[in-house]
Amino acid sequence: MAEIKLTKVVKRYGALGVVHGIDLSIAHNEFVVLVGPSGCGKSTTLRMIAGLEDISDGEIRIGNRVVNGLPPRDRNVSMVFQNYALYPHMNVRENLGFGLGIAKVPAPEIERRVNQAAEILGLQPYMDRLPANLSGGQRQRVAMGRAIVRDPDVFLFDEPLSNLDAKLRGQMRVEIKKLHQRVKTTVVYVTHDQVEAMTLADRIVIMRDGHIEQVGTPAEVFERPVNVFVAGFIGSPPMNLIDAVVTTEGLRPAARLADGVVVPLPAGVSVSEGQRITLGLRPDDITPQGHGMPGTGETLRLEREVALAEPLGTETILFTRLGDKEIQAKMLNPRVVTPGETLPFVVDLARLHVFDAADGRSLKA
Amino acid sequence: MTLFRSPRAVPYLLLTPALVVIAAVILVPLAVSLWSSFTAYNLTRPATLYSFVGLRNYARLLNNADFWWAFGRTLVFITVTLNLELVLGLGLALLVNQVTMGRKVLRTIMMFPMMFSPILVGFQFKYIFNDAVGLVNNALFDLGLITQPIPWLVDGTLAPLSIMAAEIWMSTSVFAILLLAGLLALPKEPIEAAKVDGCGPIQVFRHITLPFLMPFIFIAMTIRSLDVARAYDMVRIMTNGGPAGRTELLWTLMARVGYQNSQMGMANAMGYVSILTSILFTVYFYRKLVVARRYMGGVE
Repeated sequence: MAEIKLTKVVKRYGALGVVHGIDLSIAHNEFVVLVGPSGCGKSTTLRMIAGLEDISDGEIRIGNRVVNGLPPRDRNVSMVFQNYALYPHMNVRENLGFGLGIAKVPAPEIERRVNQAAEILGLQPYMDRLPANLSGGQRQRVAMGRAIVRDPDVFLFDEPLSNLDAKLRGQMRVEIKKLHQRVKTTVVYVTHDQVEAMTLADRIVIMRDGHIEQVGTPAEVFERPVNVFVAGFIGSPPMNLIDAVVTTEGLRPAARLADGVVVPLPAGVSVSEGQRITLGLRPDDITPQGHGMPGTGETLRLEREVALAEPLGTETILFTRLGDKEIQAKMLNPRVVTPGETLPFVVDLARLHVFDAADGRSLKA
Repeated sequence: MTLFRSPRAVPYLLLTPALVVIAAVILVPLAVSLWSSFTAYNLTRPATLYSFVGLRNYARLLNNADFWWAFGRTLVFITVTLNLELVLGLGLALLVNQVTMGRKVLRTIMMFPMMFSPILVGFQFKYIFNDAVGLVNNALFDLGLITQPIPWLVDGTLAPLSIMAAEIWMSTSVFAILLLAGLLALPKEPIEAAKVDGCGPIQVFRHITLPFLMPFIFIAMTIRSLDVARAYDMVRIMTNGGPAGRTELLWTLMARVGYQNSQMGMANAMGYVSILTSILFTVYFYRKLVVARRYMGGVE
């Protein structure tokens, strides 16, 4: 059993705070992804769990042990690094077996576990090669193999796919997911790529400036972002964020945009007359008529001129204007759209997100 | 004249000045010295340069106990000083690598001994080890550790050790600087990976740091083995080969035979034996270097 519990964990370099007292519980065998822009403290947090960075304040528990004072080797974790960090003077077999040799595991047992890992990752043809003679994807697999042979309590991944090209990254993402299903272990995975986070995670932890912004399942952080930052970070293409002012002249509160469009707000949003808000509208929820998902409820129709169309095959991303912003809309079952063409757009009002313009938090109940 | 104007002659014409200089500075002296090692050349009788004696000089060398003692002493001298310099230099480099502030200043200070002329280092250590007024004996006296002066440079066992001490003092920093360069180039991630893989500090050093430093160690070894093999100046100043030939190295012996005894033919024969030995050392270390470097391409 290896759950991980972070309590008020702080990391400071001199006077500079990098992580500001974060709390996080990770369940046994859970796949948790720490995601955020560069410099948000996600890698530092991971390295504190690994024991490669001191913990300035607070407490980290792995299983039932406080690991604050323990060196990495006593934590029974294994880590996959961004640059693979293979031992350049050892061949693949030696790289895989190195940790076991250090732990004085008997040779036949090392042999067995190395071969097993090699089989899982398809490394058998390369066992006698040096890292210098492997491709990026193969090195990545060796790095993962080195982590799994030790059968650790916790797997730590530090942006493992960011050095691979896009196609390989997609493949390896699937392999990591399969690997987790096969080798059930607690995983903490750091990335700045929200697609990786969404596809891999049981739970996503979104970090910014050393704070945790939101923790939740991929669906939760996608459907119910707690603030503008999370809303803008999760989802591709990103959510359109449009400044607006609340008006209560009509039957129920609505948002008046800079270009005069009035958008009725969904039920359960607590706002007051004249309040400045940010409307969040995912490209999936503003679609040309007849080219979207069937709406779940109330809709708003808008005639808009398309400035640019980006065909992606199964869908086309349309660029148009709403309020004072250029926004993106999604067109399913696309037809050819010429720039300058005016299309009738449908906005799914139930799926609107409403944020306070001042502090960015969600106003939706 | 058309020969010189042909386009195919141009590269050779352009190379001629360089070839002439190389011939004058290297090839001719090399050829003359090689030739003279097969003659009974004596500096006082120039005509002997043409009295060819075949391999007689080499044959005599093989049976010359003085030569073989000097040869063996030189090998021991190289082995002991190089290894001590390696160990001390590595330790120094590891320590300096831990320093976070003022590393550049330390690095510069470390190089001070290399900036002295070996002759001056010889004089300095001759004074330090002097049995009457030397620093070492005075310090030992004042600490009450000895009652009789120790004859550092006169005792047959202590004299070579004193010379080694001077040599090590002067050149440990060569190792330290080169190995520090290696340590600074050391990638951080394999070390962190090893820590997570279960290594303690000593295991990290043995399995990761040391293999990575091997190319640097062999470069330092190659340079220094050539350097130490031609040790002359410091020995000449400190003991001049004495007492009773106990610190006679190859080059002091050669200088004695060549210039004091004027047997230049014999001295050149010795020179060739010692150069071949040096080449063997260099080839050995260079091979090691190539092997050690082969896998370092994989560091990213």
